[in-house]
Amino acid sequence: MSETIGFTIDGRPVRARPGQTILEAADAAGIYIPRLCAHRELHPFGACRVCTVKVNGRPQAACTMPAAEGMVVESNTPELTEHRRRLIEMLFVEGNHYCMFCEKSGNCELQALAYRFGITAPRYPYLFPNRDVDASHPDVLLDRNRCVLCARCVRASQQLDGKNVFQFVGRGANKTLWVNAERELADTNLDVRDRAVDVCPVGCILRKRQGYTIPIGRRRYDHEPIGSDIERAGAARGA
Amino acid sequence: MSTSIRTQTIVIEPVTRVEGHGKVTIQVDEQRRVRQARLHIVEFRGFERFIQGRPFWEVPVLVQRLCGICPVSHHLAAAKAMDLIVGAPHLTPTAEKMRRLMHYGQMLQSHALHFFHLCSPDFLFGFDADPAVRNIIGVAKRFPELAVQGVMLRKYGQEVIKATAGKKIHGTGAIPGGVNKNLSIAERDALLKDLDQIMTWSEGALALARDITLKHLDELAGFGSFESNHLSLVRGDGAMDFYHGNLCAIDAKGRPIFDQVDYQRYLDYIAEEVRPWSYMKFPFIRSLGPETGWYRVGPLARVNLCRFIPTPNAETARKEFFEATGGRPNNMTMAYHWARMIELLHAAEVIRDLLHDPDLQGTDLVVRGERRAEAVGLIEAPRGTLVHHYVVNERDQVVRCNLIVSTTNNNTPMNRAVERVAEQYLNGVEITEGLLNRIEVAIRAYDPCLSCATHALGQMPLIVEIVGPDGAVLARRTRDA
Repeated sequence: MSETIGFTIDGRPVRARPGQTILEAADAAGIYIPRLCAHRELHPFGACRVCTVKVNGRPQAACTMPAAEGMVVESNTPELTEHRRRLIEMLFVEGNHYCMFCEKSGNCELQALAYRFGITAPRYPYLFPNRDVDASHPDVLLDRNRCVLCARCVRASQQLDGKNVFQFVGRGANKTLWVNAERELADTNLDVRDRAVDVCPVGCILRKRQGYTIPIGRRRYDHEPIGSDIERAGAARGA
Repeated sequence: MSTSIRTQTIVIEPVTRVEGHGKVTIQVDEQRRVRQARLHIVEFRGFERFIQGRPFWEVPVLVQRLCGICPVSHHLAAAKAMDLIVGAPHLTPTAEKMRRLMHYGQMLQSHALHFFHLCSPDFLFGFDADPAVRNIIGVAKRFPELAVQGVMLRKYGQEVIKATAGKKIHGTGAIPGGVNKNLSIAERDALLKDLDQIMTWSEGALALARDITLKHLDELAGFGSFESNHLSLVRGDGAMDFYHGNLCAIDAKGRPIFDQVDYQRYLDYIAEEVRPWSYMKFPFIRSLGPETGWYRVGPLARVNLCRFIPTPNAETARKEFFEATGGRPNNMTMAYHWARMIELLHAAEVIRDLLHDPDLQGTDLVVRGERRAEAVGLIEAPRGTLVHHYVVNERDQVVRCNLIVSTTNNNTPMNRAVERVAEQYLNGVEITEGLLNRIEVAIRAYDPCLSCATHALGQMPLIVEIVGPDGAVLARRTRDA
């Protein structure tokens, strides 16, 4: 135990291994910090800021911030919850997210976050951006209408698949997910079995012809909110 | 309420019980005789355009958003087309029966909704009753048992849909080539529990529709009625079938116009005409042309067209229905209600039979075969024949779509019905309460889903205008929410 780091999250003592982020240590302790771009198998990226916590009073992304001895971390506070809620609402209005017919419904992390936060409708005006669908690949559909720029696919392709299929182009509001090829997805070496296809949290990268095969009632978030697995594991350990 | 001629507007404010947004104009000549009546549909949907570019497997779930009353029809019509796109003209027994159960559940709930909530106030209180009483609240007060039956019949149909599609409204049960679930024993037993009650209430609803129609036959026979062709899907052996079959059409006397036609070739038999005053197109049978080729669809057409109904009690009811017209096709607008309740009973009988079929617990759910680029899905929706036609490119995206929704098929008949009522009840240019009521009753018989969209009951106005020979509006009356 001497090599672990001690700190608190919302007053609860938590121990972390050296090099662990706040988010990883929180997960291990059974404390769910909401997140969207973070993924267990990928290096931290800090894109979405949904996991923002206060460390000794200053806002930090829990997914990128290493745990340090004596840190005082606030996560589940009214102020941070409101902050996260607004971020999620902005993600909804920034793209074209039509949950009512999206095949990712029930398995979508963005939708699940909205349900967890009780968001029924965003307070911001919809931007209705004009975005392309790339259906060129025989087995994978890229629907940019639903992209949240989390970079999970960019990272998974590089870090897990040993490829470099996805990349961002443009800056600011014009930032767009693109493919490393002359024209379109079919021109890349993406394979339908690549991890880059699996890690998309929303309905942007999809295996073709698979939609709706899981009936309503058996989808990932049909019965419990996102994060319940982490909280349940923590409760089982008596955290 | 205010009344005036030429420049002022007459406004009345109880509800209309018409689903969608409708406007009626009645044109009169110098002698104030009705020259023409038109039902204008002024809502625009655009689904055919905005699904272009979407992946084909998304379509059955996307297009059902056209409607909140019978989304299952759109869901299944699109799924039937996509079955062919993925090379699955024949589904597994479990898949086909699950879809049938879903569809007949929908028929039960939609017909119950129309008869009990929308139509029964007219039947129970009379066309001239105070609109403040002549509504579903009035029915609930005077005939509480009947109102409860209406609600519970609809609820049962919705439960059937939930068990097959995952949700009561806008589920996902049908996927290209099959379904995504079977019926669990627990789901089956939950539905079986209430089945006897549902059968009894369905029989009661049919008896009510029949008895009222026969009791007032003298008044109803001619009310908004006219001779017409009839069109529907019919099973290969001539049986009534809401889910699958071939296209058949007869004329007003029952003579076949075409028989057992493969609906993949519907465009060889049906064409659509566009008229500048309505967003709704006017379909007609090609061989007869737009003037005489229009036809009725829905319960009346289906009962007229089938040679038999493959469940015993509904078949007995069908024979009784034909006795009223001496064995000839029934062309009474108001007979739609009776026919609809025969179908309600048939739907209940089919649900009963399916629930006892062990195929519904099968696990072979999806088949796939050789891809096709173009396909038509056709189904008998509660309001009539529904056509979905898609072209899909090699990238799996929809590139073209044509939808002929049930109410579109009934476009000309609804105009005729309004014209007949106007001829019968318009006196001068004043739009009386009685005329307005009767126009609504005639339109309502067709159970129109005017935009196949906005079903907020009681929030949609019906506007009636009398237009003189010079185009001037002589009178206008609005019934608003």
